[in-house]
Amino acid sequence: MLRPSLDSLTEGRAVGQSPARLDGRDKVTGRALYLDDLTFPGQVFGRTVRSTVPHARLLGVRFDPAFDWSGITRVTAADIQGDNVVQLIADDQPFLARDVIRHAEEPVALLACADRERLEAALAHVFVDVEPLPPVLDPLRSEVVFKQYLIDHAASGLAEAFARADRVVEGTYLVRHQEQMYIEPNAVCAVPREDGGMTLHGSMQCPFYVHRALQRLLRVGEQQISVLQTVTGGGFGGKEEYPSMVAGHAALLARKSGRPVKMVYRRDEDVAATTKRHPAVMRHRTAVQRDGTLLACEIDVVMDGGAYVTLSPVVASRGVLHAAGAYRWPHARIACRVVQTNTPPNGAFRGFGVPQTIFAVEAQIEKIARELQLDPLEVRRRNALELGDETPTGQKLLWSVSARECLDAVAERSGYAEKRAAFARENAAPGARRKRGIGISLALHGAGFTGAGEAKLKARAGVELTPDGARVLSISTDIGQGTLTVFAQMAADALGLPVPAIEIAESDTSRMPDSGPTVASRTLMVVGGTIAKAAQALSRTLCSFAAEVHGAVAGDVLCENGVFIARGRSLAPFGEIARRWLAERGPLRVVEQYVHPQGIEFDEVSYRGAAYPCYGWSATAVELSVDADTAEVRLDHVVTACDVGKAVHPILAEGQIEGGTVQALGYALLEEVIWKDGRILNTRMQNYLIPTAVDVPHVETILVENPYPHGPYGAKGIGELPATPERILRAIDAAKAGR
Amino acid sequence: MTVRLSMTVNGQPRTAEVPPLKRLLDVLREDLGLTGTKEGCGEGECGACTVLIDGELACSCLVAAAQADGTRIVTIEGIAGRDETLAPVQRCFVEQGGAQCGICTPGMIVAAQRFLDSGAEPSDANVRAAIAGNLCRCTGYQKIVEAIQAAARERGGGA
Amino acid sequence: MISSIPVTSARSLAEAYALLASREPGLRVLAGGTDVMVQLNAGFGIERFGRVLDIWRVPELRGVRIEEGTLSIGALTTYTELMASAAVRQTLPALAAVSAEVGAAAIQNRGTIGGNVCNASPAGDTLPILLASDALFHLGGPRGERAVAADRFFVGYRKTALAADELLLRVEVPISSDRGEVVYRKVGTRRAQSISKTILAVRARADGGALAQVRIAAGCVAEVPLRCRQAEAAADGRPLLPETISAACAALQADIRPIDDVRSDAEYRRRASAAVLGRLLEGFGRE
Repeated sequence: MLRPSLDSLTEGRAVGQSPARLDGRDKVTGRALYLDDLTFPGQVFGRTVRSTVPHARLLGVRFDPAFDWSGITRVTAADIQGDNVVQLIADDQPFLARDVIRHAEEPVALLACADRERLEAALAHVFVDVEPLPPVLDPLRSEVVFKQYLIDHAASGLAEAFARADRVVEGTYLVRHQEQMYIEPNAVCAVPREDGGMTLHGSMQCPFYVHRALQRLLRVGEQQISVLQTVTGGGFGGKEEYPSMVAGHAALLARKSGRPVKMVYRRDEDVAATTKRHPAVMRHRTAVQRDGTLLACEIDVVMDGGAYVTLSPVVASRGVLHAAGAYRWPHARIACRVVQTNTPPNGAFRGFGVPQTIFAVEAQIEKIARELQLDPLEVRRRNALELGDETPTGQKLLWSVSARECLDAVAERSGYAEKRAAFARENAAPGARRKRGIGISLALHGAGFTGAGEAKLKARAGVELTPDGARVLSISTDIGQGTLTVFAQMAADALGLPVPAIEIAESDTSRMPDSGPTVASRTLMVVGGTIAKAAQALSRTLCSFAAEVHGAVAGDVLCENGVFIARGRSLAPFGEIARRWLAERGPLRVVEQYVHPQGIEFDEVSYRGAAYPCYGWSATAVELSVDADTAEVRLDHVVTACDVGKAVHPILAEGQIEGGTVQALGYALLEEVIWKDGRILNTRMQNYLIPTAVDVPHVETILVENPYPHGPYGAKGIGELPATPERILRAIDAAKAGR
Repeated sequence: MTVRLSMTVNGQPRTAEVPPLKRLLDVLREDLGLTGTKEGCGEGECGACTVLIDGELACSCLVAAAQADGTRIVTIEGIAGRDETLAPVQRCFVEQGGAQCGICTPGMIVAAQRFLDSGAEPSDANVRAAIAGNLCRCTGYQKIVEAIQAAARERGGGA
Repeated sequence: MISSIPVTSARSLAEAYALLASREPGLRVLAGGTDVMVQLNAGFGIERFGRVLDIWRVPELRGVRIEEGTLSIGALTTYTELMASAAVRQTLPALAAVSAEVGAAAIQNRGTIGGNVCNASPAGDTLPILLASDALFHLGGPRGERAVAADRFFVGYRKTALAADELLLRVEVPISSDRGEVVYRKVGTRRAQSISKTILAVRARADGGALAQVRIAAGCVAEVPLRCRQAEAAADGRPLLPETISAACAALQADIRPIDDVRSDAEYRRRASAAVLGRLLEGFGRE
């Protein structure tokens, strides 16, 4: 029998299978406890008073003297002892507005009361005195640039390329806001501690963001804050940074009242006030050859960041780095700026700038194909990036490139060519009441943080020994995507144990190492890989111990299926060795730090180099029909091929792809944030519509596994790859044009 | 003003004394300690608050307590067996990826169970129509539909 | 505050009438809750709520019957009951069909035809069908009973002919083969749980190539659900030919006054309504 190498993760018993998710039973029985299911002794409820105007000088906050304020805690900016700043990138966003209101729904004051009805009534008795200022609502008119980027790829050759091109195609594309609409609204409870600090419980993606923000707000030491993530009912980026705001508010009220304060946002409040996907205007100018070969592009992107910087520089960074799409460009000049408007700040939403810019480049490819009278699929195939090609930042793609493979798989499975021809005939028939169309699009998504992000973060994660197995230690959160389960699989395989022997420790900042935020499609690839490494190290330690105890040669010992064996001879079950170690040597804990692979370097000033260690690839075909009378769109079939490197848990992987695809379908067809004078008109589920089960068809997923050599088991990221909406529009174009 | 409610909840007689317009959702969660039923929107759109009242689906956020008196209610806590064995639909959800973040899951399972009890043919169209009032943002519905169909097959009868 | 709003759960029509007779200010009627509870949850106008009269268990308001050429539907009939009722499916199948397009199952189990009628939203899904069917609304209260024709009932934006001390008792629709068939189409914002962008109902009898007994009604295209009388005039008694259909669709534009709102805009509503009307009329040619 071959002994699998302990140093490389290339095989797994659990990895590659789809064990039942660890938190599944609790979720299907109603036992899983979300924040609002918890009751904290002595708790009161908190609510936020917000500005109703988008831009104003804040003159003051008054409390109606005729109202009975007894038993109601009131907090304004004046009560803040620490820094009135929500720590993130720039120190520009206050927890509570002080002198200036910069967006509608900006928090101005906080109220807490044990009686929720009195609390609701009290809100109407707080007067926010303002002197309105003219708001800037159109990003194209904004004069405040939060951040800008320029990618210059052999740009000196641009003029010549445009001059000799057979054709120059121009297009301008616009995408708007999208609301995450997690079914559980933002919810946090702050519990005052005896040491003057605060414990926060809440629905969130990034406990350490909250931890650091609150240290600063409350002016306390790191040890005086602890943040625990509760079971989180969806995030999609919408709970990346916003929970810091909610937690800060709850904490201010908790400090002043001395009681635990629970803040659970109402749905309309959550939609009106919290972060959304950045809208963007994208202009494309492309030089092409008659045969569809792309020669050069000039791309200009303007993103609307809203009133404060929040994560805009990073969204714009990712947006600009993907703006050229999954294609090979001899010359490119790509500019992107994100600007300020007097609207609620925008933030993270699955894809994080990429759905916007990929939408535009895909629309441009479609336009090019139309103008050249070529099959859009062929234009994509001709120009799709391949192994050895360079991206516009000069990154040579050395591994794991599947653009063509995904396109081909999807074209074949969807019957693209035959359908395209058949629909063209049908649509041309007189009296056709439904026009049918099929479109294909191609996308890529860089896995993990951009550039040196991971090197700066120095994510740490590990495992510790338990009497029957091991416990995974990390702050990474499961927000539905299955973190708990894939971590257990990876730890189990590295330790040679069955999955049920693994537990996952609670995400608590006072006890867990900082494995980084749950964002950027990094959890499995970066943190999972680090956990597996730690588990391997722990396993080696125990194998040596087992060898010592049982008189074997250390190098011969490994653990398989929960049993330590040496040269085919069983030595002892895992539990026996574990308990013996714990009794004789005490706890055993291994925490590893993520090490970014060598040679993957990115210059953050010139924006040259390897922006991401690897990319996920996806192609999608959407078949739909359009009612000629009412323009109603019916989705008939969706096929998507996604290369994720390695599907650690195929069912969870498909779940990410299906879920992300449906969010993209929603963005393309149903979801629209409607504004009037800087305020959102449709803040309820009744009028901001996300897809129901009858709005979307079966999504057929083809999982492509093209391993990334530095990823655990070859795995790359998956969370955001499916979120690009361009595919629908292609199909609609096809239908409308009667093709 | 309060009303005295007597209901059968998950097979057990339960009482509560509450304001008559208190939402059944809040009576369940606060007065009866049954936090499995969730609030997602407060307007009857998301279905996270779905329960069965006298055998029929209802959004508990839209039912006034006064109207719940004398009714037979089933919540997510009443779907599994007395001995905690999972109902087939629950088990299929767990095994087939029907639950991701889980917040829509209680309402979804109640709706799914009602569908399965109706004996209707578990075609893709029928299953989707049965859960059209339960919004899910995570799964895209695919694995929810497949889990319900799998549970239907287990009941015997085939898809 | 919601917890201090008193509720009377009436167990009979007499009990309901007694409360109505008291003329308590701010008296609100609660049936299935799919509208009133949404308002309470949102905190809309709570201060204007006096007492709530809960009629959910008033037996006289339930039941669907056919008697003497009339389909009689109790005000508390839910959408689910409309869908299941053999009487409705046989005599006014459009009403059963549109019920399946209201909300989703949980809403259909509690939402009532009486609620749809009395809320008088211009987007009420059953209302164009009731208007096109010459429905009669039977109202009752301590001062007695009376009937109001559907096309006189909707007097303004969310305003009806119902007096403060009256309830809707039942909806009556005259049925006879003379009157032809009612068809409709709802154009929603999505495929389930959606408020309409536009909704049209047409009743007609195809008499050897001509249209007779034409009624055309529309929702979401004015502040009230309304009969489209100019469109009717252009089609009634005319031969079922493309010219008639275009004339009716053109005349429709004079009947409707759609606005831009969060769901759609006026221009779309005009175009889609005309296109839908055209198809519905065409459908009569295929009988």
